[in-house]
Amino acid sequence: MNTTSGALVGKNISKTYAVKGRADAVALKDCTFHFEANKLNVVMGTSGCGKSTLAYILAGYIAPDEGNLTLDGQPAKGPIGNRLMVFQETALWPWMTVEDNVTFGPVVRGTLSRARAKARSHELLDKFGLGDFKTKYPEQLSGGMKRRAELAQALINSPDVMVLDEPFRGLDVMSRELMQEYFLRLFEDTGLTTIFITSELEEAIFLADRIYIMSDAPGRIVDVIEVDLPRPREVSCLTTERYRELKEIALKSLYGHIKTEENDFAIS
Amino acid sequence: MPDVEESIRAAHAVKSERSTNNTKRAFRLRIPRIRWRGALAIVGFFILWDLLVRNQAPGFDSIPSPLAVIQIFFKQFAFTATYWHSWFVSFQRVMYGFILAQLLGIPLGLILGTRKRVNYLLFPIIELLRPIPPLAWVPLSILFWPTNELSIVFITFIGAFFIIVINVYDGVRTIRKEHFWLAQSLGASQSTIFRRIIIPSVIPSIAVGMTLGIAVTWNVVIAAEMIASDSGLGRLTWEGYVSGSPSIVVVGMISIGIAGYLSTIIVDYIEKRMMPWKQLS
Repeated sequence: MNTTSGALVGKNISKTYAVKGRADAVALKDCTFHFEANKLNVVMGTSGCGKSTLAYILAGYIAPDEGNLTLDGQPAKGPIGNRLMVFQETALWPWMTVEDNVTFGPVVRGTLSRARAKARSHELLDKFGLGDFKTKYPEQLSGGMKRRAELAQALINSPDVMVLDEPFRGLDVMSRELMQEYFLRLFEDTGLTTIFITSELEEAIFLADRIYIMSDAPGRIVDVIEVDLPRPREVSCLTTERYRELKEIALKSLYGHIKTEENDFAIS
Repeated sequence: MPDVEESIRAAHAVKSERSTNNTKRAFRLRIPRIRWRGALAIVGFFILWDLLVRNQAPGFDSIPSPLAVIQIFFKQFAFTATYWHSWFVSFQRVMYGFILAQLLGIPLGLILGTRKRVNYLLFPIIELLRPIPPLAWVPLSILFWPTNELSIVFITFIGAFFIIVINVYDGVRTIRKEHFWLAQSLGASQSTIFRRIIIPSVIPSIAVGMTLGIAVTWNVVIAAEMIASDSGLGRLTWEGYVSGSPSIVVVGMISIGIAGYLSTIIVDYIEKRMMPWKQLS
């Protein structure tokens, strides 16, 4: 899967939601970014800053009011299989077994025969430690397992870009750390262009090639931080001097751009 | 990474094993407990009833004792074809009305939920007719349908129809957008999304509609039989009252109760079969 594809570029993207009986909510305004191909791009921002809106736009589920989005130079419109998303809360269909969830994509598009899709899903599920859970329903899986099943469900379609919207939120600390490591290995194996959205700084630095700092609503990308921690990355990198420096840089950038209760002004 | 994978897998294996063991054990213990308590409660109920009648508690002077009811039941009903025919007739009416309500109500609910224009057109009419209690349809129904039988089935149908329509409609509206989106981006066609996402999403709502529907159907059929029929369990009960034999009234009531209970069991069974993924945790 090591092709150089999946560069997702957005220019001046804006999105406003009309809210009944209240002022319109501006989720994104003039949001410009260049997510590089084959990199783990992490978007970092506080909750409510428009991160999910950005994710939905990147995956093509909602259209921006203004601005344009291109994938490898081509206009990216509508939800097409080359940009797949892992949602904040599990989106596995509860009425299908894990295997049926995973084979859904290739079977409905007719790209793989049912038997081939099944075989391929078994490979992926085995790889993700879900070999014994193929015929189970999503409800029977733990949070971390659901996340891995969703990764398999997306990866079987060989997408150009993966968009993950706070995928490990809501997992307990142990499973979250396991999943982060797991995801890191997966990315380092495949080099799949990834846009990973999070509100946790530690997670952002641990995973990212680049961190895109997002401002408070209306959200836009206000800073880009190169994370030059070596790959393959191990948990031990969290104790290095460089990690501490990066954390400081990121914190400074975040506090500079984000209004907090104590810090009620934006220095930009 | 293999050690991480393995430990995750091992942890989950242990967890799932433990949970199945637990459910098995709980299953074994729980059922007998409910059974003897339930049985005790029912025996207690009959004793209380008997005591109230025996001691002529206020209002109980014309209420038959449980023993009198049982005697009448075995003497006049248990071995007569007419009694079992009443069962059959009532069940048949309930089933016709109920099944018809499902057959028409489920598609209508789906259409209302998925087709905006049809919704704008039909929903006001549904909201206009829905608050009318099924029994208020009795006179018009008798005038409209050529036979009494048809009008009773129609009224029964009305009882379940709006419930199922509204439940399915609500079910469609509350489908999570992620479930749609995911299917869309994986390349599913409109018809695939309808078959594999929308239909299964609303099955739980259909089940709720069925549970509520079957209860209403029995309510309606019994009342309709008392008003407009010469057969069925409702008629049997009413005749008991008219002929001044309270024991027969109670036989009728208990029969209706058992009939309703049996239909609930059947509906529950069907619902469980419709939702295999709900039988797990």
